[in-house]
Parts: sequence; structure tokens; C-alpha cells
Amino acid sequence: MNFITQTLNGLGLGSIYALVALGYSMVYGIVQLINFAHGDIIMVGGYILYLILVNLGMPLWMAIAAAILVCAVAGVLIQRVAYHRLLVHNAARISLLITALGVSIFLQNLFMILFSSNPRSVPTLIDFGSLSLGSLAIPSKTVINIVVSVIMMVGLQLLVNKTKIGKAMQAASEDTGAAKLMGINTNYVVAFTFAIGSALAAVGAVLYCNTYPQISPDMGNLLGLKAFVAAVLGGIGSIPGAMLGGYILGVAETLTKGYVTSTAYDAVVFGILILVLLIKPTGLLGENRKEKV
Amino acid sequence: MKKMRLGALLMAGVLLTASLAGCGNKDGDKGTGDEIIIGGLAPLTGGVAQYGVAVNNAVQLAVKDINANGGILGKQIKYVYYDEKGDATEATNAYTRLVDQDKIVALIGDVTSVPCEAVAQLAARDNLPMITPSGTTESITTYGENVFRACFIDPYQGQLMADYAFKKLGAKTAAILYDTGDSYSSGIADAFEAKAKELGLTITNKEGYANGSTDFNAQLTKIKESNPDVLLLPVYYNDVVLIAKQAKDQGLTCTLLGGDGWDGVAAQLDEANADVVANAYFCSQYSASSTDEALQNFLKTYKETYNEEPSMFAVLGYDSMMIMAEAIEKAGSTDSDAIIAALKETNHKGLTGTTSFDDKRNPVREAIITSFEGLNYKVVESYSMS
Repeated sequence: MNFITQTLNGLGLGSIYALVALGYSMVYGIVQLINFAHGDIIMVGGYILYLILVNLGMPLWMAIAAAILVCAVAGVLIQRVAYHRLLVHNAARISLLITALGVSIFLQNLFMILFSSNPRSVPTLIDFGSLSLGSLAIPSKTVINIVVSVIMMVGLQLLVNKTKIGKAMQAASEDTGAAKLMGINTNYVVAFTFAIGSALAAVGAVLYCNTYPQISPDMGNLLGLKAFVAAVLGGIGSIPGAMLGGYILGVAETLTKGYVTSTAYDAVVFGILILVLLIKPTGLLGENRKEKV
Repeated sequence: MKKMRLGALLMAGVLLTASLAGCGNKDGDKGTGDEIIIGGLAPLTGGVAQYGVAVNNAVQLAVKDINANGGILGKQIKYVYYDEKGDATEATNAYTRLVDQDKIVALIGDVTSVPCEAVAQLAARDNLPMITPSGTTESITTYGENVFRACFIDPYQGQLMADYAFKKLGAKTAAILYDTGDSYSSGIADAFEAKAKELGLTITNKEGYANGSTDFNAQLTKIKESNPDVLLLPVYYNDVVLIAKQAKDQGLTCTLLGGDGWDGVAAQLDEANADVVANAYFCSQYSASSTDEALQNFLKTYKETYNEEPSMFAVLGYDSMMIMAEAIEKAGSTDSDAIIAALKETNHKGLTGTTSFDDKRNPVREAIITSFEGLNYKVVESYSMS
């Protein structure tokens, strides 16, 4: 019984990792850039949520909508301002990576100046108490996390496989040059990818704030890092891979805390990553080119 | 009237000569002119800024009060402080700057345990009289005879809460969840565990988590399974709020216990979730509802000056500066050894009660057990281990 509860705890945590990992994976799939600022987009989402909900006293749905909108715009803005010229001029990969780190540091410090570095407590967003299944009591937050993340992934799969823009994304991911020759506006596709990735991060931020009700300018650090690990674990560039990686990471972390050690769980979790990469360097679902976005 | 003014003038002249004469002594570079320079270190930004700002604000109020009453040794106190962001490296650099550049004669700080430990070792080397208002790790004062503290030590809080849980709350079983990367947290946890064993209070779980964690569901699920009477959370307020909310989500109903790091929890709550700490007790070092006139005056002035509720850290900060000033006055000079000797003889009636120091330079006085009532703190009782 306890094992089931722990696994569900892990899936709840993993859902958040998974949503964030999707953003890493999508952007990497299109422009081969590890967007380290992605973790900080969650932080931006968290603060927007807080400002609209607490400071302006608006209803929750408006706060969520605003967070998603602002994050999507912020994602596109970051792409246009920081990465666009580098991408157009085929700059070295390392320059892109360092720019991404710079954007991350910029965002964190900007929010530190704007809102101070003190963590803020977020009020309860969505809570139905806990669901009872026999002697099993599952916090509703865990259920919400899992359900929302699955819906998001299915939606994203449909978007990528069934829509025109989705197909354009796949084409750009396989060969940007050829896609351009076929009349695909790759600039638009890249911007769209950043927007979708950041919007997913905003959804991740909502779930995060609901589950761990506290925001601070550096909250994206560890979360971003773990989500990145999840993306690599699942095979970076693959949508189902990112989800799978997120769930595995969350469950592994929780089960380690629950049954092995509650002090050195990060070592165990990252140990798993190293093992997987030694055995299968492309990640669990990394070879599936068709799934690459 | 005229005579009196002449007298005052003469007096001032004498004092001036005396202080000028003082300049020729070995303390020539310290506290020249009509100022005694006392240094301060506190995290004014960063994750523990709430503590540092409170201490620093209160120390400034103390300095204002002392200076308004004529200062010490006939001189005004000049308080020089730096923000160390809660970081040991920053604190070390700031300390060096205070000593080398600002020529301080005494130090009030640091605020949290980890940077405080670094600073204490340097101060011991320099034999600089130092009082930490809130650095609770036991080892801080062991580095030298010059290091004092105004707050209770971690082991003391752990022992006290185990004693309280067993004798007053009637607990038979207890669990612990602590931050393994923080010496404050592990200090209380270990002392609680040891005292519990001594008393016959069974420890069902001792779970840890890494610094910066936000997900505690796994540990709480495990703790819930053993269903303890009390759960000790010897951590700072940010983590307390996160853990307490998740504990409620997981359906944990045991009484929560904590140390003085809980000061600040109330400010993190809102009406919708105040009930997460409805059943909780933590030990603190003063009681805001006391009728003590000096304390009430301080709380009022603090609120008026800084427009926020003063915390326990503010009260300890004020007391620390007052104890230091009293010691310098008693020492009769700014000579380090004289101040340290005077500090050892401290019997200061301050805002936290009457403080004296034991042979390890830790304070001796009663603790106050506090709980919550809605969004406010509620004093339960004064308690000391018998």
C-alpha cells in the first residue's frame, strides 16, 4: 500500500519534470540548443501567477491564462533577442550555450531586483482534498499533476503529428535547410516552438505552485536541471521520451527517498542517468528520428 | 543659568582633552575622535534575508537609543555593517573589510550559523569581542574566549523540545525530518534524538532531505506509516511552510515541533492555509505578549520605524548591541581584553529576560513555548528543563 502511495508521489513529481522536459526537448529538436533559460521561464510563470492572483486579486483562470501568455511571449522574446542572430549566422554551439546561461542569470537577477530574493508563499490554487481508494489516500494535487501532464503530452503529439505547423516543425527538425527550400518559414517555426515550449513551462509552473506553494527567483535552477536530466534520460528531441524521462526521474527520486536513503537521493538519481547513458547514449527513446520535433 | 552653561563648557573641554589624550594610546587607530566603531554582519538579501534585516534594523535602533542617551564612554557609537547574503565566503570578505578598513572594536553578528562559524574563527584569531545574536550552532563560541552569543544553541533547543514533547505533550513516539545540509538543522535533530532516548521517547523515523528540496512527499508518506505522536521539523521558516502544507496533503495529523527557525512562519501563511500549523509548538526566546515595558516600547518603535512586525531576531539583535555597549562601558576602554572580561560578567536585563553567560559563553535564561492562533503567534508558556 505504501509502495503505491510512494509511486503516485513520484508520478506527481515526475509530471512536473516531464512538462518542463518537453520544452527542453522541443527546442533542442529544432535548433540543437540546450535552452538553459527554460527553467527560469517556470520562475517567470510562478511570479506572474502570484502577481495576478495575490497582488491584483484576479480569479485563478485569469492568472493561469496570463501566466501561459506571458511565458509564451517571453519565450519568443528570448529567442528573438538572444538566440536569433546566433542561429541565423550559424554561430558555434558553445556560443549558443553560453548565451542561454547568460539569459538564465539575467532573468534570475532581474526578478531578484524586482521582487527581492525572499521566497513568497503562494496561496492554495486547486485542491479537492484527497481522494480515497480503499485505505489509499491520494492527494488531489498528485492526481491533477498526472492528469494535466498526460493531457498536455497527448495535445502536443496531436499538434506535432496532425497539424500543418506540426509537420513544418518535424521538417525543420530533420533538415532546416531543406525545409526552407520547401517553402517553410523556419523563422516562424522556431519562434512557434519556443512559444509552445514556454507555454508548457507555464503549465508546469501552475502545477509546481499548486504542489509546492512557494516561489523564489532561483526556483528554476534545480527544477530546470532535473528536467534537463529527464529530457536526456528519455532521449533529447523526443516528446514521449521527455515524458518518460520525467516520470522515471520522479519515481526513482521518490522511491529512493522512501526506501533507500532520504539524504543522498540525488546521487542515486543522477547515478541512474549515468548508467542509462553508458548503456544507451542516445537516451531511452532517443533513436526514434520520426518522433523528433 | 550662565554658571551652569560655563560648567558644561568646562566639562566638555575636560572630556575633549581626555578623549584626545586617549588618542595617543595603543587604541589610537580604533575609535578615534568621538566615535566608537562597532561592526555588523547580516544577510540583507538572499534566502535568509528576513533574519538579517530584522537583526540589522534592531541593532540600528539600539545604537540610536544608546547614542540618544549619551553614547558609551562619552562617545557616540558608529555602526558599520555589510550584507553577506547568507554566504560564508561573502561573510569572510566583509569581516576582513570591517577589521582592516573600518577598524571596528567589536562585532555584532553574524546572523545564521554557517557564515557565523566562518566569522567566529577569524574573530578568535583577531581576539575581537563578538556577539552573534542568532548563530545557534554549538561550535561557534568554542573558537575563542571572545565569541559570545545571545540566542540558545541548537542542542539546547533539541533537548528542550524533546523534554517538552515527553513531559508536557505526553508524546510516546516521535519522528524527525531535517535538512541534512544545514548544521543548525542537524544540531537540533541529533540533540532531540539523544534526549528522546534518554527520556524513553521512541524515535520512529529520522528522515533527511537535501538543502533546497521542495518535495517532501516521500519522507512524509514514510513517516505517516509509523504514525508518530509528534514530528520535529528543526528547519527554517520557508521549509517549515512547504513541509507543513505537504504534511496536511498527505493526511499527517501529528503535532509539529520546531525551534526558533520557525520565527517567520506566520508571515508566510494566509487564511486559506493557516490550519497547516494549527497543531504546532516551537521554542522561541521572547514573548511579544509580555507586559514588559521596555519590550513593548521596542516592539512599538520597531514597527513605527520599519513598518513591519518585529521578529525574535530583531529582539535578539537589540539585546546583543545593548549587552555589547554595556560591556564596553563597564570595561572603561575599547581594549579587547577588557571588553571580553566585562562580557563574561554580563548580567543584562534585556528584552529577552535576564541574560548571563555560562562558561561556554552561551546565554542562560528561560525559553518560551509558542504556538499559532490563526495567522498569529500565541505564547503557551515559559519552559526550562528541570
